[in-house]
Amino acid sequence: MEKLLISPSPHIHSGASTQKIMRDVLIALAPAELLAVLVYGWSELLLLAVGVTACVFFEWAITRWMLKKPSTIGDLSAAVTGLLLVMNLPTSTPWWMAVIGALFAIGVAKMSFGGLGQNLFNPAIAARVFLLISFPQQMTDWTATPGFIHATDAISGATLLGVYAEGGMDALVAAGYPGNHRLFFDIGGSAGEISAGLLLLGFIYLLCRRVVKPWIPLSIIGTVVLISGIFYLVNPAVYTGPAFNLMTGGLLLGAFFMATDYVTSPMSDWGGVVYGVGIGLIVMMIRYFGSYPEGMSFAILIMNCAVPLINRAFHSRKYGRA
Amino acid sequence: MTSTILWTILILSGLGLVLAVVLFLIAKKFKVEEDPRIDDIEKALPGANCGGCGYAGCRAFASSAVTAPDLEKHFCPVGGNAVMKQVASILGFEMREKAPQVAVLRCNGTCEARPRVNTYDGLKSCRVKASLYSGDTLCAYGCLGCGDCEAACTFGALHINPDTLLPEIDETKCTACGACVKACPRMLLELRNKGPRGMREFVACRNLDKGPVARKACANACIGCGMCLRTCTHGAIVLENNVSYIDFSKCKLCRECEAMCPTGAIHGVGFPKPLDKEAVKERIRKRKEEAAHE
Amino acid sequence: MSKITFPIGGVHPHDSKIAAQRPIEMLPLPPVVYVSMAQHLGAPAKPVVAVGDSVKVGQVIAEPGGFISAFVHSPVSGTVKGIAPRKDLAGNPVLHIEIAVEGDEWMEGIDLSDTLVTDIPDDPAVIIEKIKACGVVGLGGATFPTHVKLSPPPGKKAECLILNGTECEPYLTSDYRIMLERPKEILVGAALMQKALGGCPCVVGIEENKPEAVKAMRAAIEELGWQQKPVRIAVLKKKYPQGGEKQLIAAVMHREVRSGALPIDAGAVVQNVGTSLAVYEAVQKNKPLITNVLTVTGKLLPAERQHNYLFRIGVPLSFIIEQAGGEPDGAVKLVSGGPMMGKAIANPDATTVKGSSSVLYLGAEDTVRKEASACIRCGRCADACPMGLEPFLLNRLCKAGDLEGLEANAVQDCIECGCCLYSCPANIPLLDRIRIAKGQVIGAIRARAAAKKQ
Repeated sequence: MEKLLISPSPHIHSGASTQKIMRDVLIALAPAELLAVLVYGWSELLLLAVGVTACVFFEWAITRWMLKKPSTIGDLSAAVTGLLLVMNLPTSTPWWMAVIGALFAIGVAKMSFGGLGQNLFNPAIAARVFLLISFPQQMTDWTATPGFIHATDAISGATLLGVYAEGGMDALVAAGYPGNHRLFFDIGGSAGEISAGLLLLGFIYLLCRRVVKPWIPLSIIGTVVLISGIFYLVNPAVYTGPAFNLMTGGLLLGAFFMATDYVTSPMSDWGGVVYGVGIGLIVMMIRYFGSYPEGMSFAILIMNCAVPLINRAFHSRKYGRA
Repeated sequence: MTSTILWTILILSGLGLVLAVVLFLIAKKFKVEEDPRIDDIEKALPGANCGGCGYAGCRAFASSAVTAPDLEKHFCPVGGNAVMKQVASILGFEMREKAPQVAVLRCNGTCEARPRVNTYDGLKSCRVKASLYSGDTLCAYGCLGCGDCEAACTFGALHINPDTLLPEIDETKCTACGACVKACPRMLLELRNKGPRGMREFVACRNLDKGPVARKACANACIGCGMCLRTCTHGAIVLENNVSYIDFSKCKLCRECEAMCPTGAIHGVGFPKPLDKEAVKERIRKRKEEAAHE
Repeated sequence: MSKITFPIGGVHPHDSKIAAQRPIEMLPLPPVVYVSMAQHLGAPAKPVVAVGDSVKVGQVIAEPGGFISAFVHSPVSGTVKGIAPRKDLAGNPVLHIEIAVEGDEWMEGIDLSDTLVTDIPDDPAVIIEKIKACGVVGLGGATFPTHVKLSPPPGKKAECLILNGTECEPYLTSDYRIMLERPKEILVGAALMQKALGGCPCVVGIEENKPEAVKAMRAAIEELGWQQKPVRIAVLKKKYPQGGEKQLIAAVMHREVRSGALPIDAGAVVQNVGTSLAVYEAVQKNKPLITNVLTVTGKLLPAERQHNYLFRIGVPLSFIIEQAGGEPDGAVKLVSGGPMMGKAIANPDATTVKGSSSVLYLGAEDTVRKEASACIRCGRCADACPMGLEPFLLNRLCKAGDLEGLEANAVQDCIECGCCLYSCPANIPLLDRIRIAKGQVIGAIRARAAAKKQ
């Protein structure tokens, strides 16, 4: 031994890394997206390739040419943003919109705040909302594109939530409500909404890998079930029920994978519960009383703003200070 | 339609007027009476807010100065005598001139002189390093090279030289605020008088080990041999704990100690000509011979 | 039996107890030993011998330098060659007594036989006096003088003596080995301390990954016929830092030591099993603390080169390294102590001290830090902190230099266990910063308290 290495303790590390965490998130999202590619075919595959590549490219380009810093794409966070963005888009979205979305997600929502860890809003959701406002027509065109496997009940046009927002309960019943929501295969809406079951599977994977904690999704789902349950019981002729609300409008995708984003959610467990309840409340208010059909994206963005405040209010329990 | 516009204008103007009155009254009622001289002094100060004077910033210095009985405890090292003259005239005090100072590094353990025996792998901070061990070399007193002083300097006057791993002080930028002195966990930086025409002598070492140990650790170390002490005819050198120190108030800048130092630990800065060691040694020898004759 | 654990945080590093199956071996004597004067917490000891004196094993060579300080005894017989500063393992000069070894002649009155002495002196003062005279200090890491810990200040009473046999640091096996090989002595030592504390019950906490030690200690209780005595073995979950004093108290007594308070304020006294053995030897055998057990280990060493050595305190680390077959290839770091809280050795020529517990070799793959990246606010540091602190927040406050904020967020409660840095996926040097800030905040609190007194 020529020279001894000296460092402060601890001298070993758990081996955890940002890259490993992001890789787990990618793995967790993969099954649902894979099914979406099978069902929606070439157009979804193109979106996926363009969206992820664009996000990674923009991050690389910004760090390389604008910030003149070492590239951070190795941490895979840009890839996660790209995948989430694609899963949040209708399958018929033109590919260039995915590029614009990626530019907004990485350039505006993430890097302009200082990069990973500094952003106030979840980049993928911010980009989705940006696209929704900029291209309302394309972003609400839910025409299912032809897939690699035959999807028998392929529907086109508006989602059920869209129908409900437009024409209320009567229109919804005419469209087949309450219907049978299928856990593992449900066409309609964004690509990522295709299978609640696979999303749940992915989330369980994240839980097992201890990447996320269950409190935020549980409190979102709990709040949604509670509120829609109460409204449904009071007047089922006007208000949609809990099962319907859980299975539609990307609620599970948002609750499992977007609201749990480390950077834009509270640090403490109880803070997470408050954050989740807030999202649940806002999403139900938008669905019942707002003019937008779903509202998960807006709910998460609004609660993102509250995170710094929540972090100030909730701290972990300290030893010996009871 | 016209009436809507009219009403809007009327209401907004009225609101503006009312609020203006409220603001005026509040400003009157809660006006803080402040010594106007504080503003004057603050204006005279450099506005660096470096804290070198010992106060939280220029404003804090000013508000403290106006209540002080004299300017004994108030000196802005950044502005120096010129600024203090202004401050003194604002307050009507006598001005006490201070010799301008500059930070000097009391370590000259360059990479060449001090072989590295360890490698550090932790937060790049001298403070953390100092709390952990004696440093990457065998010298437990020398510069750690992580640049806490560089980080502390608000004037950009200090930079770690990547070749020597020692900080270098840019005299033109150093304001002698003392931030680096406080930042160095090894207490290697010292504020010294700039000296006449910027000429000064100092011992660039603080190694308290005995000679052989110090020598082994660093080729440039002060080994406490006492050569400088015996050479100095002005009584400016103190040798304590195996290390010499030059009292700048007594030093006459003859550079004899510098010439005699066997390890080159004594540094002369700002002299117009490089030191001709042999000439100085010859001078000392002759003087000694004369003294022996007498 | 349900396994108990501490309530907040904690991490699960691989325990890597590679040297666990290696019995304790006697380390030969080196030609020269260097006895440090600063091998306990508190004031350094003052030498009472002069250069040229000949000393015997167990002879007092230095006296306590203050209230919190300890006697130091000669670990060898021979001649005092020098009393001078020498570099410790951090490379900083510390006063050492250098003794050239000549033979192995012990002081009279020291019982070197293996006979177990179970008769316990009646007077607690006698026990404490003997512990003090034999220079016993805590061997769990902090090296706090044991006699001070066993003399609670007036008005405070020990309700439970917790014997710490958790050895929650990975790699270390010295406590495990003494629990296997000398369980009865440890229990008698505990009984002595119980007596000294006025007869409180004793709980021996052992982590679940050492079932053999649990078995050996339980068997020893039976063999001593002490089933009815207030001493029991508690099996603790394997979780780091189970052996942290505050964590152990919370696990065993379901009490928390208030912030800024001492364990005794919660009615607890925690002693390491090694300390208990030292207490036994001091009180029952008159043998001062001049030996301890040290593990030489690391993944880079093959099984036959793992060692648990009974060493004389003052033996240079380099001598131990040499005896154990030298440094293995690929080792980049030497650690004295465990990998979570141990100190990196800057100077392998440094000498062993009372608290030395290991020489641990770490390879580049295990120990070289990865470059820090951006905080992703995952909160793992806060989840891992056994004190319930929020290291990510403290780190931010450190960077901003906000001492008030740091104090408000309890940086002074940090136990420097390393869980935050261990678990950080972004490799942010959290503890490096927090440790410095903790020192500053504690300094500020003390200065305030001192100002208040005046």
